[in-house]
Amino acid sequence: MRVMAQMGMVMNLDKCIGCHTCSVTCKQAWTNRAGTEYVWFNNVETRPGQGYPRQYEDQERWRGGWTIGANGRLKLKAGGRLKKLLTIFSSPVQPELGDYYEPWTYDYATLVEAPLGDDFPVARPKSLITGEDTKVTWSANWDDNLGGASEMGHLDPIVAKVRREAEDRIKFEFEQTFMFYLPRICEHCLNPSCMASCPSGAIYKRSEDGIVLVDQDRCRGWRQCITGCPYKKIYFNHKSGKAEKCTFCYPRVEVGLPTVCSETCVGRLRYLGLFLYDADAVTAAASVTDEQDLYEAQLDLLLDPHDPEVARAARKQGIPDDWMEAARRSPVYALAKDYRVALPLHPEYRTMPMVWYVPPLSPVVDLLKEQGHDAEAAGSLFGAIDALRIPVEYLAGLFTAGDTAVVDGVLKRLAAMRAYMRDITLGREPDAAIPASVGMSEESVYQMYRLLGVAKYDERYVIPKAHVEQAHELEEIGCSLDYDEGPGMYGAGPLGEASGRPVPVAVETFHALRDRQTADMPTSDEGLRGRVNLLNWDGNGRPSGLFPERPPESQEDGGVDER
Amino acid sequence: MDVALWGVLPYIGVVILVFGTIWRYRYDKFGWTTRSSQLYESRLLRIGSPLFHFGLLVVVVGHVVGLFIPESWTEKLGVSDGFYHGNALFWGSIAGICTLVGIGILIYRRRRTGPVFMATTTNDKVMYVVLVGALVLGLWTTVVAVAQGHDTADYRESVSPWFRSLFRLQPDVDAMAAAPYQFQVHTLVGLLLFAIWPFTRLVHAFTAPLHYLFRPYIVYRSRDTGATGARPVRPGWSPVGTTDRERGVRR
Repeated sequence: MRVMAQMGMVMNLDKCIGCHTCSVTCKQAWTNRAGTEYVWFNNVETRPGQGYPRQYEDQERWRGGWTIGANGRLKLKAGGRLKKLLTIFSSPVQPELGDYYEPWTYDYATLVEAPLGDDFPVARPKSLITGEDTKVTWSANWDDNLGGASEMGHLDPIVAKVRREAEDRIKFEFEQTFMFYLPRICEHCLNPSCMASCPSGAIYKRSEDGIVLVDQDRCRGWRQCITGCPYKKIYFNHKSGKAEKCTFCYPRVEVGLPTVCSETCVGRLRYLGLFLYDADAVTAAASVTDEQDLYEAQLDLLLDPHDPEVARAARKQGIPDDWMEAARRSPVYALAKDYRVALPLHPEYRTMPMVWYVPPLSPVVDLLKEQGHDAEAAGSLFGAIDALRIPVEYLAGLFTAGDTAVVDGVLKRLAAMRAYMRDITLGREPDAAIPASVGMSEESVYQMYRLLGVAKYDERYVIPKAHVEQAHELEEIGCSLDYDEGPGMYGAGPLGEASGRPVPVAVETFHALRDRQTADMPTSDEGLRGRVNLLNWDGNGRPSGLFPERPPESQEDGGVDER
Repeated sequence: MDVALWGVLPYIGVVILVFGTIWRYRYDKFGWTTRSSQLYESRLLRIGSPLFHFGLLVVVVGHVVGLFIPESWTEKLGVSDGFYHGNALFWGSIAGICTLVGIGILIYRRRRTGPVFMATTTNDKVMYVVLVGALVLGLWTTVVAVAQGHDTADYRESVSPWFRSLFRLQPDVDAMAAAPYQFQVHTLVGLLLFAIWPFTRLVHAFTAPLHYLFRPYIVYRSRDTGATGARPVRPGWSPVGTTDRERGVRR
C-alpha cells in the first residue's frame, strides 16, 4: 500500500445558481492573458446542454480518456504510444477554435472618438484572434439557461445516449422538466490520461497533494494532452504554444487558502479537502471491466484516514501528522465515502476524477411542488425519484456511467435528509424511520445536514498547508529560521528587511490578519514582526515598529539582534 | 576562398548550432515549442504537416547514408554503383517531392488562413525562406543528377569525403571544391539553416519525444523546492488585446 494525499473538491449542485462568479474570478486570476482568451479553467454549463467545448463528452468523436484494450489492459482511447508519436505532426482529433468559440473584444474607442454625426456610434465586435471585425456566433455560454435548448438540446451527448437507450419513452421534455448547472474545473485525476498522452512528460502530478500541473518549461506544444483529456480541461495557449490547465490555485492552497473559484462561490457549494488513496491500486481500479463498477472501484481506492493501519502506512510515506489530521476532518471524504452522496463526473472515462458532485435533487422537488404535492415529505419525494426516470437517467449518464441505482440511492439519501430535518425545524418529533429507510443513522443524517447546509468556512475548506521543511530537506538549513511558522515566504529575508524575493501581498495580509484575529493583545508584535502593516492595524493600541523603540536605559547596544 | 568556405565556415556553423542551442535551452525553455497552429486550422495541416515531416525524415536518413557511409563499404557489400544511385534517386526524389509539396501546402495555409498568418513572426518568415531554399536546392541536385545520367560527378567522391574529413578536423577542402556548384550552393544554404536553427522554432526537432515510448504513463513529481504561495511572474502573461491595440496603433 502506497498512501498518497490528494486535494479534492466536492460541488453541491443543488446550490448552484449558475451565476458564473467562479468562472469570472478564475478567469481574472489565471487566464486573463493573451493566448488564453478562450480558456476557461472553470466554466459553468447548463445541463442538458452541449458543454464547453461543444459536445466534449462524445468520446467516440474526441477519443479522450482510457479504454480497455483487447488484452484486457488499460490503454489510451486515442491510441498507444507508437500511434501517438506517428500522428504527432497533426493531432488527429484536436478541437479547433470553432469548437470553443472565437474570442472577441469591442472597438470601444469609436464610442468616444467618432466624429459628431446623426448616427449613434457603435462598438463593433473585433476578433481577438485576427484583430478584424467579426460576427459573434457562439461563446463559452451561448446555451446558458437552456438558451436554444429546443433547437440544440438534442446535441447534448448525454441526452442523445439516454434517448437511444429509452427510445419512445422520452420525448424531448428536458427543457420543461429539468435543468441544472454543472460547474467544471480540471478533475485532477488519479489516473490522468492527459499526463499519459504527453510525449514530453511535462504534465505531472504533485506527489504531496496530487495537483496536476503542466511544467511550462518542458511542454513543447505537441498538444496530445488536449486529445487525451476527456473533459477537455487542457487548453492550448495559442500565443505561447504551450498547454495550460486549471492549477487548483496551488499558490493559494499551499498556504491554506481555498481556490479562487471556491472562495468566491456565491452559493458556497464547494468543499475542499484531502483524500488519502492507495497509489499502487489505481491502475487496477481503472481497469475494472464493467464501466458501472468504476464508481465503486474509485470509492475503494479512497483510504479511511481513521484506520490506524492507514495512518501507519501514511507516516511511512512521509505524510505529515497535520495532513493526517486534515484528512480526518476532510469534508470531501465525508461526502464521497461516509455519506456516499458525492459522485465522480464520468467515471467511465477511467481517469479516476477527483472533483465530485452531489447530484441535484431540486429538479425533482420543483416538479413535485408544481404538481401540487408536498415536495418535502419523504413519501412523495421517494415516489417521485422512482417515477421521474428522466432526471435520474440523465444524472446517471453524467455520474455513474448509466447506473441509475446509485443515483437513486444518492437522491433518496438527500430526500431523506430534507424530510427528516424538516420535522426538526418545524419542532415536530423527528421520524427515525426516514433515515433508516435509506440505511443511515439519525446522527449521520444530521451530520450530513450540517455539512451540506450550515458548514462554515473552515469546515468547508480543510486545507493543510504545504510543508516547506519537506522541500528543503538538507539544503539551506539556515533558511529554516525564516519558516518557523510553517509556510514562510513572508517576513524579512536573510539579508534584512525587504531582502530576497518580494513577498506576495495576499499571503502577508492573510497571515497578518489571521495572527491579529487569534492574538490575545490588540496588536500583536508577533504578527507584524517588525513590519508596519497598517492594512491590518485595527486602530487599537500602537503598532510596534511605527515609532522607533526607546532604547532601554541600562542597555546601550541592545535591540539589534532581536531583529 | 575555398578554405574559408569549406574549411572554416562549417566549423563556425557547428559552433553557432551547438552553443546557440545550449544558450536557447538555458535561457528560453519557455519559448522552446512547436508553436502549433492547429487550433486555428487543421484541415490543410492534416495533409501538409505529415507529408512534410515524414518526407523530411526520409531525406535526413538519405543524407546520413550518403554522407557517412564511404563508397568502399557499399562496394564491399557488393552493391553496384547503378543500383545504389538508382535507389538514392528514387527514394530521394519521392521524399524530396513529398517534403516540398508538404511545405508548399503549409506555406499556402500560413498565408491564406487569417489567424495563422497573424501568428507568423518575421523569424518564421526568414526561417521558411532558408528552409525552402535548402529543400529546393537539394532537390535540384537530384534532378541534375538524373538529367546527366551516369556522367555526373559522384557526390560520394567529393562531398561525402569532405563531410567525413570535417570530423577528423582535417577538412579535405580540395574534394569539396571539386564538387559541382549545385552541391556547393546546397551545402552553403544547409549550413545557414543549421546556423539559424537554434534561434527559430525549428528547435522543437531537438526535443523529439522519443522517450515517450519508454517512460511510465503517470508522472509524479515533488513540489518545487523552496517557495510556496505566489510565485514571481513568469513569461506568457502578456495582456489580452487585438493587434492594433497591442502595437498602440489606432485604426
